[in-house]
Order: sequence, then C-alpha cells, then structure tokens
Amino acid sequence: MRIVLPDIKDLHILDVYLSHGGFSAAKKAFEQTPDDIIDQVKKSGLRGRGGAAFSTGLKWSFMPKTTDKPKYLCVNGDESEPGSFKDRQIFEYNPHQLIEGTLITCYAIGAKTAYIYIRGEYHKWIKLLQKALDDDYARGFVGEKMKETFGTDFYCDIYIHKGAGAYICGEESSLMNSLEGKRGYPRVKPPFPAQNGLWGNPTTINNVETITNIPPIINKGWEWLSSIGEPKHPGTILYGLSGHINNPGVYELPSGTLLTDLIYKYGGGVPGNKKVLCVIPGGSSMPPLRGDQIEGVKMDAESLKAVGSAIGTAGVIVMDEDTDLVKVLARISKFYYHESCGQCTPCREGTGWLYKILNRILDGKGSTSDLDLLISVASNIEGNTICALGEAAAWPVRFMVTRFRDYFEKRVSREVVIPVMNKVHSMRGTAVPLADIKN
Amino acid sequence: MAEFKFTEENLKRVEKEISKYPQKRAAVMAALWIAQEQNGYISGEVMQEVARLLEMTPEDVLGIVTFYTMYHQKPMGKYHIQVCTNVSCMLRGGYDIYKHIKQKLNIENMQVTQDNLFSIEEVECMGSCGTAPMIAVNEDYYENLNLEKVDDIINSFSKR
Repeated sequence: MRIVLPDIKDLHILDVYLSHGGFSAAKKAFEQTPDDIIDQVKKSGLRGRGGAAFSTGLKWSFMPKTTDKPKYLCVNGDESEPGSFKDRQIFEYNPHQLIEGTLITCYAIGAKTAYIYIRGEYHKWIKLLQKALDDDYARGFVGEKMKETFGTDFYCDIYIHKGAGAYICGEESSLMNSLEGKRGYPRVKPPFPAQNGLWGNPTTINNVETITNIPPIINKGWEWLSSIGEPKHPGTILYGLSGHINNPGVYELPSGTLLTDLIYKYGGGVPGNKKVLCVIPGGSSMPPLRGDQIEGVKMDAESLKAVGSAIGTAGVIVMDEDTDLVKVLARISKFYYHESCGQCTPCREGTGWLYKILNRILDGKGSTSDLDLLISVASNIEGNTICALGEAAAWPVRFMVTRFRDYFEKRVSREVVIPVMNKVHSMRGTAVPLADIKN
Repeated sequence: MAEFKFTEENLKRVEKEISKYPQKRAAVMAALWIAQEQNGYISGEVMQEVARLLEMTPEDVLGIVTFYTMYHQKPMGKYHIQVCTNVSCMLRGGYDIYKHIKQKLNIENMQVTQDNLFSIEEVECMGSCGTAPMIAVNEDYYENLNLEKVDDIINSFSKR
C-alpha cells in the first residue's frame, strides 16, 4: 500500500504524473465547497505527520470563515529531526502530488498564497521541487492560469522559502518568524496561527507528508483512507529506518505496522544478528524504548503513547547491544543544546547542563546522584518553555536514564553525592501529558 | 574594505524574491543566500547592502546572519566539507569520518586549509540518516560512506 510514494517510474515528471490521474483530485475538489473538503479530510481521520499527529481536518476548520485578511498556508519541509529523512523522498519522487495537495489545501482554507519552507541543507531537493513547480506554473496548474485550466474562480500561488540551518524552524511559529525574515524564535501561543499567523494573518501550517496525502483522499474518498491501518491514526506512514539496521531507508507502510516487523521483516534485522539494546521510535526527541519493550508494539500515535513513547516523525533509530548509550544520550543532548534558540531560560541553560553532566559521566567522573540530577534538570525544562523544544530535549534524557537505570548506574561511582532538588512544577497548563514514566 | 554590490543578474534575483512576499524583509534569507553565493561569505558590507535594499537596519541583518548556521561570516574553503555526527551517522561511524578528515587536512572545526581549498564543519542532522554516514561538500551530499570513499572524494577535489 503506497499512497505518498507510489511505485511508479519517473513520477516526478509532470506528464507521467498526469497520465496517472495527476491533478484530477484538484479538479474534483474545486467542484465542491471548501467546507465539503474540510469535512472529508476530517472524516478520513488523517493526522499530521510532522510530529504532533493532530487531526488535519480539525486544524483546517480553525481558520476563520469570514475575514478581510489574506490567509496563508505554510507547508513545513524543514525536516531537521535527527532520524527523519522522509520529506526529501517526496520532493524527489512525487513533487507534483505535494503541489496538488497544496492547491487543494489552499482552496479548503481559503488561502491565495502558500509557502513551502524547506531546510537550507536540501539545496538539491529545493532545485528538484522548484523545477516541478516551474513546470506546473508553465502548464497552468498553479497561479492565475489555474482559472482557465480548472474552469474555476479560485487560484493560488506557491513559493519555496529556503531555510539556512536551524532545527527550531520546524516548529510552526518559529517557521513563520523565519518566513517573515526574522530570527526563528517560537511565538507564545495563544494566539494560535489560525487567528494570528504570518504577518498577523490567519495561517495554517501542515507537514509535507500530510499535504501529499490529500489528493488521494479527495479522489478515493475518506472511507478509503480511514480503512487503512489503525482506525485512530489511519493511512500509511513513511517510516524512516536508521542506525544499526541491515537495510536502512524510508518504508511506506500502513500505520500500526509492528515495530519488530519494521526492524526484522523490512529492515533486515540488526547487523551481525546482535540484540537490540534500544530503539527510538519517532526521531531523536521521542522517548526511547528498551529492546525488551518493543515486542508487539504497533507504530501509530495511540499505540506508542500506550507504551510510553510517541510516533513523532516515525524516524526509527535502532541501537544494538554494543552501543554506548551514554555517548548516544550525550550526542542527543549536544544537539538540543546547539539548537535551543535561547529565548527561554530553562531550555537555554538546561540543555547546556544536561550536556555537561552527561559529558562528566562519559569522562568517568559521574556519580549516582548525577542521574537524579539529570532527571531533575530535564523535568524542570519540560513544560516551562514557549515551544516543544524543551520537551524534545528533556524526554530522551528523562526516559533513557529511567529506563536504563542499571546501565547508567554501572557507568557512575557511588562516592560523591550531590543533593538534588526534585521539586518539579510546570508553569504551563498545556504541557503535553505524555509522560508517566514507565519502566 | 571594498563596497559590496549585487551583480545585475543577482539583483534581479533578489527583486524576484522580494516579489514573493507582502513585506520586503521576508526576502532577507534569500538575499543573504544570493550574496553568499556571489561573495563567498557574509561581510559587514554585504549586510549593509542587504539592509539598504530591504529597508532593514544592518543590525537586524546581523541578527539573521548569526541565528542561522549556514551563513558564514568569514571566508570558508573552496570546498566546504560538512560532516554529520548526529545519532544515526554516529552509530555508523560519523565521528571516525570527522576525525579522519580533520587529521588528513590538518584542520579543526570551522578552520580553512592553508591553500584555502578545504574547510570542515561538524554539522547536525542533514536528513541523510538512511544513507549514513554522510558528508556534504558545498551543496552536494555524499552518502553511504567509509574512510576509503571519503579519501577518494577529497582526493578528487584536490586534483581539480
């Protein structure tokens, strides 16, 4: 079952795309009302593929119906989560379906302009998508000529915005600031983007993979999508397999595919038939699972939440039994320390401390109380920051140290005891309630 | 220091970027990309000129340049080697490659070789986890690497 990356040769060429029903979904959509489209996407159960797995139709319905302000769509192709490399496959192999999905989304939410934000490192993929976009403009599938092509009053423009190296710009409000030509600082919510987004106007932000799912839903109907995979998180997901795995890569499979199937059936198992020590199921910011926790775990938002992790961007990182987890965690912490935008003190300072404490343990100078200190620092970042980078930095530390307590205790001495303040309180009422620590 | 001016062609490109947005300053990232392409790095003069064109203050432009890691404020090597050492690459030998290149070229992170041919940068995840380990040289990705392949790539650039 492949919806987003169908197995069709040269699909990136417009004529090939057209011969496989390209832009028929857009035509079908423009014959219906925007509310009908939103309704179908809502009923299909499609959930965002960018990490939060929020209902796409519901997100669209937040856009105000009556407003004099221009509305905008941002397509999030910043893709900077370590372990995630799926959107670049869409830019390369199926760009026109992304563009068609963008048109339909613009129509549904009433936007005249869409920006596709792509990370700066993706020079090659920006060029590939720009080529596809230029072709679509030339043939009248995008821009003012759409009116003639589709015989409708609706038209919209699509532009590519190139980033320049900042993980935080994948966060939606930071992405908007970056698009406006500012430093990519996340904004305080509320107001939410649907009320106050780009240049203060109503804005919707969707992930590249989410948008690419739209044309097939319109063409084949919402019932069709909702019947694929897990009912609560239907459709296919682009799973990225990386780390200690024989056949790494992107696999499009129904949601709810077993994690063990991903690793052994599709990924070909672990090199040298080694045991799995640890798996991060959804990109580096999601809580890691122990090797003995992965049996029977399904890869979808609800099932992963039930075992104390999250789907994130479905970037599965596998680590074999010989992996140095302290090194891995120190590297993950270095990343968040580097990428913290510095706006909120708990994140700016906390990420640095996590990195320093982990390096102390790596140097063989850690003590048992350092493990409690790590959890304390992580817990004090969580929920106390403007955006979710705080959680992204805290979760791997908190869950890895908790779930691999024995492993970490072997790496520290018991001699020095530092008193650790363990009182945790969140200033933000909306902190994501994922977090019962489960061993 | 010499004044910086966009070439006529690049100025047109900047103007096209400006036309994409309702406000001029939204084109600042694109303008800086084009400037870096033309000038090799973002100098104070570049920031002055970009600020003038987009009706920003030079300090505002500096704020952008320092926030995004891909804008360089000093000249880098003709071939700027970016080595990913994030988790997925690290698990498959990213650090070995990083250390190997540093030794081979005898430079540290963000330094340039004496002949100005190479510079090296340890970068965060480039979205190449399924084809790890990887390096990027200027705009091009090189994936599924080992030390021999890395040597071949660097040698091929030395000969050019």
